[in-house]
Amino acid sequence: MSPEIDTRPQVETQTLEVNLGPQHPSTHGVFRMVATLDGETVIRLKPVMGYMHRNHEKIAEGLTYIGCFPYTDRLDYFCAMTNNLALAVAIERLAGIQVSERGEYIRVIMAELTRLVNHTAVTGFLLNDMGAFGTPLLYAFREREKILDLFEAASGSRMMCNYVRPGGVREDLPAGWVERAWEIVRAYPKFLDEFETLLTKNDIILQRTQQVGKLPQPLAVSAGITGPMLRASGVNYDIRKVDGYSVYPRVQFKVPLGTVGDVYDRYLIRILEMRESLKILEQALQALPTTSPSISPKGAAMGKAPRTFRPPKGHAYGRIEAPKGELGFFLVSDGSPQPYRYRIRPPSFINLTVLEDMCLGQKVADVIVILGSIDIVLCEVDR
Amino acid sequence: MLPAAEALKTELEQLLPGVSVTLEGTALAIAAKDLLAVSRCLKDTDRFAMDYLSNVTAVDYPTEQRIQMVYHLYSMSQRHGPLTLLVNVDRAQPELESVTPLWRSAEFQEREVYDLFGVRFQGHPDLRRILMWDGFEGHPMRRDYVVEDQDNAPEPVR
Repeated sequence: MSPEIDTRPQVETQTLEVNLGPQHPSTHGVFRMVATLDGETVIRLKPVMGYMHRNHEKIAEGLTYIGCFPYTDRLDYFCAMTNNLALAVAIERLAGIQVSERGEYIRVIMAELTRLVNHTAVTGFLLNDMGAFGTPLLYAFREREKILDLFEAASGSRMMCNYVRPGGVREDLPAGWVERAWEIVRAYPKFLDEFETLLTKNDIILQRTQQVGKLPQPLAVSAGITGPMLRASGVNYDIRKVDGYSVYPRVQFKVPLGTVGDVYDRYLIRILEMRESLKILEQALQALPTTSPSISPKGAAMGKAPRTFRPPKGHAYGRIEAPKGELGFFLVSDGSPQPYRYRIRPPSFINLTVLEDMCLGQKVADVIVILGSIDIVLCEVDR
Repeated sequence: MLPAAEALKTELEQLLPGVSVTLEGTALAIAAKDLLAVSRCLKDTDRFAMDYLSNVTAVDYPTEQRIQMVYHLYSMSQRHGPLTLLVNVDRAQPELESVTPLWRSAEFQEREVYDLFGVRFQGHPDLRRILMWDGFEGHPMRRDYVVEDQDNAPEPVR
């Protein structure tokens, strides 16, 4: 073939700035991305947040420690139980409160059920973002509803649970709860198998997610990425293992790790983590002490008389492995009933740091999938 | 394993001549001018390997005319931590070196501290407001900030 001379007139190109959001179904809330495009390729992307900012940290400075719990439900509204737990852990560290054995097990059961809820829902949403509108999400929500029934039975509320308290939990489990939990835990692997049959080797998913939005290991560590996103990049760091808080050292589970760090790995890690959560749940339900029906006397007392609770002067940082990553609370006490400073370290917010790095050089359609794979909840990002 | 606070203080002072560290409980308080040197030492010395800056925040003390920066450091490779660094800055002229070139995780968190406390970070790549809008005046997390909408202001608990 002889080379032909291009006689077409020279085309001048220019970049295009596109606002994705704040009102857009793929942004999972009110979140805006200002993307600069060269053709379809992203060359710059700036996240804009704060639309949901109500300054929970400032509000908390006027509340009692216990009064903060209902507000934490509304941070990451998929994971109210783990939000409560993180604050309880920080308060316990600040005031040196012991947790009862049964309380610890109930907390672990609730935390792992929350992980199931979160990972199931986010996988459904990720598929939504890829254009599989509705169907996978409804499969996911069908299972999520069953766990929300359990939360409702224990705490009185499906999503805004407000259940964990320093020293234990607010109320003991109602009669028959453990049996219902067993039913769900036994049935869940079947749902995961069904889900995976539809998704894991699905050609469309492989093409849309593999090699998309790769996050290299050094950047992930430096940017403070935590949770499934960090482990998808191959870093073995799970706070349940590292800190060994609550009764996690007593249960056997593995930490799934990715190798590539792309969107597909993040999807797969979440599926594998759910299977590990089920193992934890089986062991915790088995080991749940039945002898003492009451939670720690201190915890019960605090539920009744929160206004007398004054932790000693000082500061404490408590953190847990929430479904989205490291959720930490930093509390400064001046000895009064209200926290002097109350700081939330939100995993969604800090995981967004690398959004631009992951999107550069990708097509604009991939931005939606990459954002979906980070797993953010805007109420937690903006606080 | 991370050395205990006392040992860490002596070790840091030996490694970095001219730097003085004071202990506040288990936290290390350092002067603002030493922040970058100490941070670099903690990150790059193999024994510490503080590769993960988890939490960056500030606490306002208006009566003492200072804003205290708080850094929580962990090591992902060595799996130890936390190490708490405290740095006081002048409340009237709050300026401090940014640690974002060392740890990217500080990028958004320093923007948040700038936004809500008004601390200016030198060397930050993109220091803008992050939660409040661009034209907003004042820094809401300062203790003396007056909330405009007093309808929902909680009653003080006695």
